[in-house]
Amino acid sequence: MTTTAAPAVGSALPRVDGLDKVTGRARYAFEHTPRDALYAAPVQATIARGEVDRVDATEALRRPGVVAVVWHANAPRLAPADDAELAVLQSPRVAYRGQYVAVVLAETPHEAREAARLLHVEYTAEPHDVELRADHPKMYRPAQVNAGYATDEEHGDPDAALAAAPVVVDATYTTPAEHNNPMEPHATVAEWHSGGLVLHDSTQGASALRRTLAALFGMPPEQVRVIARHVGGGFGSKGRAHPHVVLAALAAKQVGRPVKLAVTRQQMFAVTGYRTPTVQRVRLGAEPDGRLAAIVHEAFEQSSTIAEFAEQTTVPTRMMYAAPHRRTCHRLVRLDVPTPSWMRAPGETPGMFALESAMDELAAACGVDPVELRVRNEPATDPATGLPFSSRNLVACLREGARRFGWAGRDPRPGVRREGRLLVGTGVAASTYPAYRAPSAASVTAGPDGDFVVRIAATDIGTGARTALTQIAADALGTAPGRVRLEIGDSDLPRATVAGGSMGTASWGTAVVRACHALVAELDRHAGRVPAGGLTAEADTGEEIRGQEKLARHAFGAQFAEVAVDADTGETRVRRLLGVFAAGRIINPVTARSQFLGGMTMGLSMALLEESVMDREFGDYLNHDLAQYHLAAHADVPDVQACWVAEDDPHLNPMGSKGIGEIGIVGTAAAIANAVHHATGVRVRDLPIRLERLLEHLP
Amino acid sequence: MRPFTYVRPGDAAEAVAAAAAPDAAYLGGGTNLVDLMRLGVATPGTLVDVTRVAGDEIEELPGGEVRVGAAVRNADLAGHPLIRRRYPMLAQAVVAGASGQIRNMATVAGNLLQRTRCPYFQDVTKPCNKRNPGSGCPARDGEHRDLAVLGHSAACVATHPSDMAVAMAALGAVVHVAGADGPRALPLPGLHRLPGDHPERDTLLRPGDLITAVDLPVLPMAARSRYRKVRDRASFAFAVVSVAAALEVDHGSGGPVVRDCRLALGGVAHTPWRAEAAETALRGGPATEEAFARAAGAELAAARPLPGNAFKVPLARNLIVRTLAGLVEGSS
Amino acid sequence: MNTTEDDPAAGAVTADLRLRVNDRSRPVCVDTRETLLDTLRERLDLTGAKKGCDHGQCGACTVLLDGRRVKSCLVLTVTADDREITTVEGLARDGGLHPLQEAFVANDALQCGYCTPGQLCSALGMLAEAAQGWPSAVTPTDAGDGEVRLDEAEIRERMSGNLCRCGAYRGMVEAIGEVAR
Repeated sequence: MTTTAAPAVGSALPRVDGLDKVTGRARYAFEHTPRDALYAAPVQATIARGEVDRVDATEALRRPGVVAVVWHANAPRLAPADDAELAVLQSPRVAYRGQYVAVVLAETPHEAREAARLLHVEYTAEPHDVELRADHPKMYRPAQVNAGYATDEEHGDPDAALAAAPVVVDATYTTPAEHNNPMEPHATVAEWHSGGLVLHDSTQGASALRRTLAALFGMPPEQVRVIARHVGGGFGSKGRAHPHVVLAALAAKQVGRPVKLAVTRQQMFAVTGYRTPTVQRVRLGAEPDGRLAAIVHEAFEQSSTIAEFAEQTTVPTRMMYAAPHRRTCHRLVRLDVPTPSWMRAPGETPGMFALESAMDELAAACGVDPVELRVRNEPATDPATGLPFSSRNLVACLREGARRFGWAGRDPRPGVRREGRLLVGTGVAASTYPAYRAPSAASVTAGPDGDFVVRIAATDIGTGARTALTQIAADALGTAPGRVRLEIGDSDLPRATVAGGSMGTASWGTAVVRACHALVAELDRHAGRVPAGGLTAEADTGEEIRGQEKLARHAFGAQFAEVAVDADTGETRVRRLLGVFAAGRIINPVTARSQFLGGMTMGLSMALLEESVMDREFGDYLNHDLAQYHLAAHADVPDVQACWVAEDDPHLNPMGSKGIGEIGIVGTAAAIANAVHHATGVRVRDLPIRLERLLEHLP
Repeated sequence: MRPFTYVRPGDAAEAVAAAAAPDAAYLGGGTNLVDLMRLGVATPGTLVDVTRVAGDEIEELPGGEVRVGAAVRNADLAGHPLIRRRYPMLAQAVVAGASGQIRNMATVAGNLLQRTRCPYFQDVTKPCNKRNPGSGCPARDGEHRDLAVLGHSAACVATHPSDMAVAMAALGAVVHVAGADGPRALPLPGLHRLPGDHPERDTLLRPGDLITAVDLPVLPMAARSRYRKVRDRASFAFAVVSVAAALEVDHGSGGPVVRDCRLALGGVAHTPWRAEAAETALRGGPATEEAFARAAGAELAAARPLPGNAFKVPLARNLIVRTLAGLVEGSS
Repeated sequence: MNTTEDDPAAGAVTADLRLRVNDRSRPVCVDTRETLLDTLRERLDLTGAKKGCDHGQCGACTVLLDGRRVKSCLVLTVTADDREITTVEGLARDGGLHPLQEAFVANDALQCGYCTPGQLCSALGMLAEAAQGWPSAVTPTDAGDGEVRLDEAEIRERMSGNLCRCGAYRGMVEAIGEVAR
């Protein structure tokens, strides 16, 4: 067990599943076809609120190859669900347009879809309310917000401090609904055996999904198996069970045959979650030198009538900057809309767009450089909790970014740089994301041949988890990565937390390290000899994580953007984007860079393109496909760079790592909006930065 | 998708005969039709595949015109040396549209006949006068940011989505059609129609008409022409507004003068919009930004924008001025 | 063409075809409504081509038809019976990866991998288009008819029909640029 090999962690090990992905061998959920499988075509409500009166399946059932139509009147009963979204086909109520009201099962996908098209559903519609307004009379204070944060927090006397502040910024920002849109649409293949239920599902968390499904179908968790070896992205939308998973399982149960269900891209806009739109008012009170006296950040958001999802939009404002007086709060209104859910850095992403835009406005108001302004407001301890930071290197990110970007000597005047018909400007914003960790378990087996198999129900949704965990295990075992084989993506493996909250590697890695160390100890007891049947050790990090020292653990970063705005058309294109991050130890520089760049690219897309448009008359997201909902394409994403500062933080986990999956998006939209202001003099406070928001105001 | 019979005729006459079947539709590249069939917007009972009968050649005619076969793929059109040299705005318009894959599939005739991308038209669960005459137009009071500002009606505010057709409209291309009553020709601005009370009819084609070719006229000034497209996404997005322009300028002692010009707009109307009022205002006048702005104003005076797309009017004006100014710079 | 002409209202219309996929001839009986993407994935178990939108809007389904890149979700299988179809499974030859595949791995030009097969097939078709001198929206208007030099702007523009939500664009542009040089 001794080796002199260089540590694997920190090395640029190529993505271990890269070969499978470039050859087409990697199989995703829908690419499993059990013998005798049927295809499911879900039917969605065409009213935004009301009841299904009648489902006439006569014509649909006459279609050749159609086996069954399942709706609330004939669907198998489920146990009561914690999440009302999952009580699929259990009642005639319709809570939003696009909610599943039936499913057609047929021998081929085209027959299933054609029959679904012909299915006759009658409704009684009720008036709907789908419009988010900050002054909506039904705004209320949720008991808590996502991730368990307090809904409101107040320190000192922010109102008095604002009234007394020499410089005040008071601005309202809005962010639209946005849809995660992973490239792989959600899909489930459900098959019932005598032993229970097997699902091939595109999920970010096999263990959690197993528990959810087992409860709904009244079974012990061991009788549900969820397999997700390859997942085509999720960005939060595959983090929790959505109705289609239940629908597939329910349908398969009804007909006694395996069922393949792929959510269509259009359907995804109603049934797989999205980022809530927000209205945010930010008030900053400062001294003339930019030092903050008060921050007030209020957010107004929406959820559906059947489920409360309250995003933690203003939570990052609690710990970002030193200000003696602070109030942050969240208000929610329940509308007849689809249920919002997690989307990459929920809370931080829209919240930091507002805060970091406001900081830019403050920099302009005080005549202080935007980098310097943030440095001046750096807190010594966490302003929210008073706890020390385990590490906080925002200033280092800002300084390093400024150096690499060529920030020094920047002319702060807006709207004065022209290159032909283009207006050019630069902007900066800070970013942050908490370094969470959640309990997980892992096992590792030494084989007599010197190879190791690590087992954990983790998921690689494109993050590089398979690769990073291979490196982590190799070092913990003192072997080469090539001797380590990872088994993930299966709920029969040791229980693991979801690939979300940027905590996958930290959580799973801790479990893997503990299991590996246990195995090393076990091998030592066997004098290094592995028995013929192999030797296995396990670990569960529940106790370790619950007992960890109380500290403020967060990653930080700074994004710098350069944009060009066409003075004739208002078209904004990003020319350069740089992100510098402080995220603990980087396990794999190759996959980490891809994660940072990917987050920044999504932030660019958010800044300029993305908006799910609520159709007030009909109550659905109108632009529900990829031609109308624009994701950044190759041509939108020019020179994007990501790098990091060295950060040695012993208070995190055995690897010393912080999560990196989400911080890239946080701050990016603000950096771009700030650059647009610098280019044009126009402050766009409503995303996305469409040309019509600039056109009439350009110099 | 409704089941359908697939027919692959041997020649144009067979195709026209096959299209006499009830609910028949011609299939070109399929990039729009297959999409609409999957959405339930189009439900043909017979598909007549015309990709191998409608002509896939680009050739110069004895009179100097260029004939483009109806089944020429968009990519082949944009890449053809004759098109690139004589009608650069057409090549530019084609490569400004869709994506490489779609340009490899889509045919010239199919591009001309593609349907609007109005979100209500594409959603069979909602009313739309174009899809379901008499059912209403929710776009007028709903989401119409991308829809028409010129020539729309109470019944329909849809836009024609093509880039290629805008350049062809500016060029005055002539569309050749084979129909049950024999062949005929339609000049391009006249192929498409304004919605009026019958938005379900995009063009003046009759049932069973098959486009066989498009002729591009002899137009020397088109060798210095330009297509400029404004879009939200940097690529692979429909035009918010686009302009196709050709300009012939005399550089006299009194400053540059417009001898002749061609101008058409995309993204603003139910048809590719030939800007004849602007052309008239420009001809014989000074080739200056002020004159271009006046000409744009003459064209856009007829605009009746809706609340959500009023920005298209100044956008179109700016775009016309800038594109023409660019052509003047290029001509001196 | 071998179409059984049932009454469309009554049920499916099918056709017996021979598809040529990755140099292999594959007899199939398809519904006329079937797209090439569904035939590949659900009938021939060639699941490399992906379904990301089923409307030609994402590029994940890109394959080559007679060497030209197309979106297989918009190709009706009945129209492809005499075409040469190449999917990602057919890129590697003689046991070795295609240089594009190698470059994608070397440049970490992928994350979740779902768009990757389409990106690879698209890149392959795109390289041929540039070699033929086909212009793109960013090709200078005074460029000649000869081979297009693929700088980063050209690659980005020409690859824009393939979306990647993970944002692996930079690696892809680098990978394709390496192979183009």
